[in-house]
Amino acid sequence: MSYRETIGYTTYTFADLKVLLARASPFRSGDALAGVAAERYEERVAAQMCLANVPLQNFLQEPIIPYEEDEVTRLIMDTHDAHAFRAISHFTVGQFRDWLLSDEVTTAVLQQLAPGLTPEMVAAVSKLMRNQDLIVAARKCEVVTAFRNTIGLKGRLATRLQPNHPTDDPKGVAASLIDGLLYGSGDAVIGINPATDNPRAVRTLLEMLDGLIRRFDIPTQSCILCHLSTTLQLMQQQAPVDLVFQSIGGTEKTNRSFGVSLAMLQEGYEAALALQRGTVGKNVMYFETGQGSSLSANAHGGVDQQTCEVRAYAVARRFKPLLVNTVVGFIGPEYLYDGKQIIRAALEDHFCGKLMGLPMGVDVCYTNHAEADQDDMDNLLTLLGVAGCNFIICVPGADDIMLNYQSSSFHDALYLRRALGLAPAPEFNDWLIRQRIFDAGGNHLPVTSAHALLKPLV
Amino acid sequence: MKSDLPWFISSNGSLPDPWTSLQRFTAARIALGRSGVSIPLSESLGFRLAHAHARDAVYSSLDTAALQESLHTFGLPMLTLQSQATSRQQYLQRPDLGRKLNEASREQVLAVRTQKTYDIAFILADGLSAMAVNTHAPALLALVLPTLLADGYTLAPLSFVGHGRVAISDEIGSLLQARLAVILIGERPGLTSPDSMGIYSTYNPTVGLTDDARNCISNVRPAGLSYAAAVHKLRYLIQESLRLKLSGVAIKDLSESGDTLPGI
Repeated sequence: MSYRETIGYTTYTFADLKVLLARASPFRSGDALAGVAAERYEERVAAQMCLANVPLQNFLQEPIIPYEEDEVTRLIMDTHDAHAFRAISHFTVGQFRDWLLSDEVTTAVLQQLAPGLTPEMVAAVSKLMRNQDLIVAARKCEVVTAFRNTIGLKGRLATRLQPNHPTDDPKGVAASLIDGLLYGSGDAVIGINPATDNPRAVRTLLEMLDGLIRRFDIPTQSCILCHLSTTLQLMQQQAPVDLVFQSIGGTEKTNRSFGVSLAMLQEGYEAALALQRGTVGKNVMYFETGQGSSLSANAHGGVDQQTCEVRAYAVARRFKPLLVNTVVGFIGPEYLYDGKQIIRAALEDHFCGKLMGLPMGVDVCYTNHAEADQDDMDNLLTLLGVAGCNFIICVPGADDIMLNYQSSSFHDALYLRRALGLAPAPEFNDWLIRQRIFDAGGNHLPVTSAHALLKPLV
Repeated sequence: MKSDLPWFISSNGSLPDPWTSLQRFTAARIALGRSGVSIPLSESLGFRLAHAHARDAVYSSLDTAALQESLHTFGLPMLTLQSQATSRQQYLQRPDLGRKLNEASREQVLAVRTQKTYDIAFILADGLSAMAVNTHAPALLALVLPTLLADGYTLAPLSFVGHGRVAISDEIGSLLQARLAVILIGERPGLTSPDSMGIYSTYNPTVGLTDDARNCISNVRPAGLSYAAAVHKLRYLIQESLRLKLSGVAIKDLSESGDTLPGI
């Protein structure tokens, strides 16, 4: 079904919901590259005005990628909770936006609503919202997950400690890891992007992290971000796998380009659950997503990159993850050109993921060919802190020497906690106090060379 | 504490970390110390300088005159070409345009085409760091071209491409009727590697090929893969590609692990 909007003497026609969503999306380079962006400023606002009047019911009747062709669409339609949807079933997208921002909508209301929302509804409403709307609505959400600690409570900010090394050298990894722990980082996960997917190399790293977590009794979890097939093999061989990682996208074809399917993800999920390694919770999956991944894999099917991204959250939601991380500035300037586009996309991803009921974190990051710098990242970091982001990624000095991009630093997390009065996950915070890294007021204490954490390497 | 300072000043304000000895295990920015919870200024400025070098590399241009001057001893015809991207800004946002020659360049290549076919077409392109190619390509080609000529390979005219991506070597190689296209191109700069050059070789270059049809030698620079090591790998790839009549994963890499393709 086609949609129309008239501005003055010009009538804009949008062939279907997919086109309407794309034209209504705030400008970003990836949609222009894909040829789906609005061509003029007026066309974009016309699409947004048109979208505001579309009933939410339409999203259940008009799949933007055919049901028969795409298992992600089938997942979205087959698992939609009509009961939860009932509260908002009479709204248009525009009314939904106003309602989300209203005082009657509380954390509990949003938690009950989440299973009734499809990714397309969530993407649609986000396209009508300004950055401050995305922040204030996300702030109302609370998505709490747990494995060896509890992540996502209000007033908390967790960090993934990312001690990458270009050759996976265990001592090189350990040096960055200890640096991070002594800066109070690592409650979301200690997660390494390995330089190779070689199972033996991955196992070496898994065992090193497991040994360290046991030796110092750290209430956190580890993850090596290798391909799901490698993790499956390692779990069969009784390697100490806490979390199962996988990059995912919002179309079946994107996931195929990553070498996974919903069935494979289910297999990984069940295998990790069976290991029963969590102590305070059973969220065992870690997913990464990012706007542009479907276009990059030539698997977007004419859907704009932000809508594709939210569809990936429907995939994630199925497996009750501990962590979902959008790698927003990592994919490159052909998808998000500059600081403005990266900041907007990060706030969208965080809001959309949270509304869908996911424990969203953000890799506050950029590459050297993007039009962005540390000041843009400071802005984004602060906005995400205000929005109530569950976790951020931290690397030593903001410089990832393995993936060659800039993320946030351990210092950045301390800044955000201090500026906004945020604390780490409660179990991890208690550990930091026991280790005399933080005091009870959350202040970072001076560490001496005699600290036990320095013993393994010094 | 110095007695001539006011009572509230006890130090320069930053607190060092007592684990600088761990820096020997990694090039990562560890044990930076802190001013309050912030990164000390010297580290902050050092980071800014590294980023400035990377940014300057992205916006650098191919020094075609100097490159051609240094390479004219090989007696090969030279072509100065441009992709369809007309600015760096556009190049960064539209990788598709960087993979195609503009009309004038296409005609220029067609004008030098004869009945002749060649074994190898060498192409130099700016990619994401022209500085890398300006710095490393002359030395590398000075090592590799004489050995290829001595081995009896025929070489197509040398191409120099502005705003080029890896896949533009498919179009140039195919127009020049070369069996193998070898492109030297600036890689995405890292904070500590603004001048890293990549080399991609493609057998039977044809428009529309994807990266799995290529072999890649990455991180060519004195602090990364040395010229000698890169030349050794490149000669091996050229020999094997022309012998087996293919390129890509089917050619076993000499190194222990596969080189990854950075985003260029």
